Amino acid sequence: MTIPHEEAVLVIFPHPDDEAFGVSGTISTYIKQGTPVTYACLTLGEMGRNLGNPPFATRESLPQIRKKELQASADAMGLKDLRMMGLRDKTIEFEDDNKMVQLVQDLIDDVKPSLIITFYPDYSVHPDHEATARAVSRAVYRMPQEQRPKIYAVAFSNATKDDLGEPHVIHDITEAREQKMGAMRAHISQTAWMLEEMEKRLADGEPEAENWLHFERFYIFDVETSKYQ
Amino acid sequence: METVQVATLQQHLDRFAGEDVFIHLETTNGAYANHFNEEVFNAGAFIRNVQLRYELAKVVGDSPHRVGLKLPNGWVYAQGITHFEIDEHDRLLMAGHDFSGKLAVALQISRTPFAY
Ligand SMILES: [Zn+2]
Repeated sequence: MTIPHEEAVLVIFPHPDDEAFGVSGTISTYIKQGTPVTYACLTLGEMGRNLGNPPFATRESLPQIRKKELQASADAMGLKDLRMMGLRDKTIEFEDDNKMVQLVQDLIDDVKPSLIITFYPDYSVHPDHEATARAVSRAVYRMPQEQRPKIYAVAFSNATKDDLGEPHVIHDITEAREQKMGAMRAHISQTAWMLEEMEKRLADGEPEAENWLHFERFYIFDVETSKYQ
Repeated sequence: METVQVATLQQHLDRFAGEDVFIHLETTNGAYANHFNEEVFNAGAFIRNVQLRYELAKVVGDSPHRVGLKLPNGWVYAQGITHFEIDEHDRLLMAGHDFSGKLAVALQISRTPFAY
């Protein structure tokens, strides 16, 4: 099973584990198909709350742990071009909007993607997700129309299905399931609870748990009708 | 980090009294609180690398503890502190972790600025 060819793919997310659950199978599949993939991760998830009780990390040691996890996830996916952009978790919406647009534009100029994967503005819950999505929407809208990459957007707020309907793009990522499990496991400080639950459900043969190892879903985001131009 | 021992933590708090120090103070119920439960009112506050000097510090109560700093013209306090450590840079890191292991509050004191 293959997914449609792209020249180059640029993934932009704010947190080190944002790619793991919904996109790592797609990233791995593109890489297997020989498509260059760049993953720009804006922060190191410095404000992550899963520190354990008893705690395994502190506010100050967490970024280094998550940096290693992010690199391990990239390794699991076979991703060579991982870029850590040096912003701080939970502050992206307070950065200058034009600075954020420029950051995205610089990435686009460098990578020349035919496809960008990011969050869907107003449907991605976390303030950093929303700010990232707005910056991508604005940067792409401001490009000459014929040069604009497509945007596949991840949406998961409670209103998603009601407002946006069913996802437009469904990738069969079955052949990358090992890579996807590897990416999930790499972010163990954040995904431990989720993984424990999942692996139990997998062991019980529950179909829904199998599902995310088979399919990843995206909405096509159109900057022409976006609020963020 | 270790579980707060009041006498030990008090000694460390006393060490920084009367000096210019940098503070990290954070409370949070998580960016997803309202996503998982629409009844939850999402609130929190965050300051980092604000410099101040306190004249008196106290750790009070049974766990989770309260920690208060008295300034010449005001106060800083945190509620819900369960753990602390002195890290390799001689910074006093205090935090409150809830029953599921999520950080709910942090108060940190350092003579040098915390990273960005
Ligand atoms: Zn995130």
